[in-house]
Amino acid sequence: MAEPLLRVEKLVRRFGGIIATDNVSLDVASGELHAIIGPNGAGKTTLISQLTGHLAPHSGSVSLAGRDITYLPAYRRCALGLARSFQITSLLLDFTAADNVALAAQAHAGTSFRFFADARKEKGLRDAAHAALDRVGLAHRADVLVSRLSHGERRQIELAVALASKPKLLLLDEPMAGLGVTESQGMVKLLQELRKEVSIVLVEHDMPAVFALADRISVLVYGRVIASGDPVAIRANEDVKRAYLGDQHVVTHHG
Amino acid sequence: MKGLSVSKAVTALMLAGLVLLPLYSQLSGNIFILTLFTRIIILALAAASLNLIMGFGGMMSFGHAAYLGIGGYAVGMLAQEGVGSGFIQFPVALAASAIYALVIGALSLRTRGVYFIMITLAFAQMAYYVASGLARYGGDDGLTVYNRSDFSGLINLSNRTQFYYLCLACLLGVIFLIWRIVNSRFGLVVQGLRSNEQRMQAIGFPAKRYQLVCFVISGTMCGLAGALLANNTDFVSPAVMYWTRSGDLMVMVILGGMGTLFGPVMGAVVFLLLEEFLSQITEYWALIMGPLLLLIVLFGRGGIMGLLGRAGRG
Repeated sequence: MAEPLLRVEKLVRRFGGIIATDNVSLDVASGELHAIIGPNGAGKTTLISQLTGHLAPHSGSVSLAGRDITYLPAYRRCALGLARSFQITSLLLDFTAADNVALAAQAHAGTSFRFFADARKEKGLRDAAHAALDRVGLAHRADVLVSRLSHGERRQIELAVALASKPKLLLLDEPMAGLGVTESQGMVKLLQELRKEVSIVLVEHDMPAVFALADRISVLVYGRVIASGDPVAIRANEDVKRAYLGDQHVVTHHG
Repeated sequence: MKGLSVSKAVTALMLAGLVLLPLYSQLSGNIFILTLFTRIIILALAAASLNLIMGFGGMMSFGHAAYLGIGGYAVGMLAQEGVGSGFIQFPVALAASAIYALVIGALSLRTRGVYFIMITLAFAQMAYYVASGLARYGGDDGLTVYNRSDFSGLINLSNRTQFYYLCLACLLGVIFLIWRIVNSRFGLVVQGLRSNEQRMQAIGFPAKRYQLVCFVISGTMCGLAGALLANNTDFVSPAVMYWTRSGDLMVMVILGGMGTLFGPVMGAVVFLLLEEFLSQITEYWALIMGPLLLLIVLFGRGGIMGLLGRAGRG
């Protein structure tokens, strides 16, 4: 088997006495959309934060395309092709949509220690920003301040920012969070397009979306991976049913 | 768009006034006003440099007056040691400020928020006490600069009008540089870090090194103000570094409008004119000044520039 794009091995992270990430190992193959699901408090965001470098693990390792990145700071991982979106929208509110995306392109286009030329007139950066905005369907909102955009639009900008850095691997932390039904459907459609171009790790609560999109699913409960497999296998898995999907409420609610 | 044009019109008027001031001073024979405005322009330069890190960069430095002292002492100490050339004094003043900023910034930028404010304040107070202890250079009493910086015939700093225009040129030059910087790649990164540091890290920018470079640029600019100030007063003392002076600079920036190009100039003009005229009326001028500033800060969000913007829209 070829080297996986992302390999997580025996990752452990504790908060005081609580083990938030308990010996988690998982592989994400190139071109795969790998979903991570689990009930609230299962440690999904803690895991993502260790993948992005916002939180250091106590033991274990993370490698990207064969390179150990366990202790690299966030900005270095980003340079290696890892991009993320935040669970709670995190954008530059007092910048326009285009500026937000152009900055992400700028981070990957040579040095930013340039003090004199007007960065907003750099054609390369502006074109990249507009291409990414166009990709998520927001080209017409390019010059609007992010603080004036709706929640749904901000979720899309998050995605455009991640795309503008031309990542190898996209870590999406609940991209559907807080979206309405139509907006969610739009996001699913968009992710279906994007997955053709980039490998994705998707953390999501929206079960129909996860089962519609994922090649493989890992189920996290109390910080541990209790099952990993394709959607059909996960749906049939007894442990998963008991721990998570077995909850009638969840199934009917999302069904 | 109309709001923009009101603040632009006022700014243009103010600049025209500053350019024509020596003419008025000459015609009316009022020399005092020229001296007063030379000081205002120098402190406006200091406020503009502070605005670069505070308004654009979101770094609340409470120790910016230290650079006034460092720039000033560089000129004063060199003059005392017999080095009178401005071509040496000014570069030394800038370099000393830059080095101080580099060291202080590298240490202070490990902290955020209130801690950053306190640590920059603490370092400035240290500089203050070091200067007070310089017995050879006057200690507490300060150091008289007997000869202004000598630019060998290029420009005569002892000529009031020439000195005034030198200060004005420095101010406009620095504002031009700040304008270019804040719209450059570097400037967008620094402003992005002010807005959302976590996001900027996530898209691949190491925060600290950009903030540190910005901190050094700002400190160097303020060192220039210090060198000019020492020439203006023919004197430099630890008092220029005292924390209340750092506070004055912050007030000028906030009063005029943080993160605007000409706000700090506007703030310095209003602040220092108020101080000047209120202190002529009563010795308790601070009692009037305080509430006035409070009102502007409370009701004029965005300072004077913000008020002008809204006046234009309303």
